[in-house]
Amino acid sequence: MAIVINGTEYPLPDDFRVSLLDLLRERLGLTGTKLGCNQGACGACTVIVDGARVLSCLTLAVQAEGREVRTIEGLASEDGRLHALQHAFIEHDGLQCGYCTPGQICSAIAMVEELRRGDPSYVTADLAEGPKGATRQEIRERMSGNLCRCGAHNGIVEAIEEMLVGEAV
Amino acid sequence: MRSFEYRRAADRTEALSMAGAERARYLGGGTNLVDLMRQNIEAPAALVDVSCLPGTIEDTPKGGLLIGAAVRNSFVATHPAVRTRYPMLSRALLAGASAQIRNMATVGGNILQRTRCAYFYDAVGSRCNKRELGAGCDAIGGFNRYHAIFGTSEHCIATHPSDMCVALAALDAVVHLVGPEGDRSVPMIDFHRLPGVNPQIETVLRPGELITAIELTPSAAAANSAYRKVRDRSSYAFALVSVAAGLDVVAGKIKDVRIALGGVAAKPWRAVRAEEVLRGQVPNRERFREAADAELSAAKSFDGNGFKTELAKRTIVAVLGELNGADA
Repeated sequence: MAIVINGTEYPLPDDFRVSLLDLLRERLGLTGTKLGCNQGACGACTVIVDGARVLSCLTLAVQAEGREVRTIEGLASEDGRLHALQHAFIEHDGLQCGYCTPGQICSAIAMVEELRRGDPSYVTADLAEGPKGATRQEIRERMSGNLCRCGAHNGIVEAIEEMLVGEAV
Repeated sequence: MRSFEYRRAADRTEALSMAGAERARYLGGGTNLVDLMRQNIEAPAALVDVSCLPGTIEDTPKGGLLIGAAVRNSFVATHPAVRTRYPMLSRALLAGASAQIRNMATVGGNILQRTRCAYFYDAVGSRCNKRELGAGCDAIGGFNRYHAIFGTSEHCIATHPSDMCVALAALDAVVHLVGPEGDRSVPMIDFHRLPGVNPQIETVLRPGELITAIELTPSAAAANSAYRKVRDRSSYAFALVSVAAGLDVVAGKIKDVRIALGGVAAKPWRAVRAEEVLRGQVPNRERFREAADAELSAAKSFDGNGFKTELAKRTIVAVLGELNGADA
């Protein structure tokens, strides 16, 4: 068995201690995913595994065996065009230093799917009904697992809002 | 991190036999265990991955729910039956950690996660009786804003960090176990232990035992329930105090009430004194305050967490008020 990253199969590392994050960065040269706190507190290492956003620092690479991993390197189209959310981040200054950005973008892409499914969040008033649209309060709560030390959160929320414009989420 | 063997169990029988080896640990999502291993606080010789065991949520013949231990926290929180019949459980899960961690963490792992006491985590610089029995507790005279006010001992004042378990305690959930000596079930409220003289023993789990499922029974109080978490920032932080409560009022009187507190003890704290005060009474703010006072009369705070007593009282009153349809 192997691990599929952005559509390409890779063998698993021999050492079980290797995290998914270290596999990406140190062994495969996929350095877009960032190492922040390495303890599940900052979200910089967020990747998408089988459609769900997870923290690659707390995932052992072996736990991702047979799964499909999508990282920031896998978002642009084959001819190099950026993902709509990557454009929106640039447009709305959703970053300063850029270190948290790959995690923010991977997190937000999976978050939008959660909203489309109607998953509630802690701030959703009616749990049974689900969220009433992608309000700023909903976006902020759902993105709370991704910290930005530069304080670009307002731009990040605006970028996500732009991507959702016109959608009856 | 010290090296370890990794094995993936195909079913519970295989899990039990794989875990027979000394110092093996079951692995769910790994969100806490992998971190503890990286800090050299836990050093299992082997990990038995049980996160691939069947993870389902099923209706029980009694009208309740059976939630598999390998089910991810996000799946439980968003499940329609949980949202409508046990809203406090859904809300408690959604209050915990971040979306990324909820996608990884399993129900079994959530129950068995360990305290986030900073002195427990500081293996190099702090004394902790959980890590080394007899070493002492640096939290008692230290920074203890996040520590317990119920059930502490002179050996440990750490809290259990789970939100989910607080709701499960209020719901009278039952934990199903399999083990080398057979199957058994333990009520959630009896699953975690208070520290006493052995703070390193945190649950009633026996060696090799595996959590397989959580069972919930139906009730009107469960259907009219809520969870409120008070913390230092509005999201992605552990509780200072949390309250899970359910209220069933019939003909103007409280027929059934469930209250459990989080962030206050080494286990989810079922507020039995408060429930006693309320049962059979007319629900109103004064009665809620009386019940909260009765529960918190047994609280014992430390230099940094004296505020928790009043905070817990006010949060109990607010949540019961919300469930009673009044302004919180």
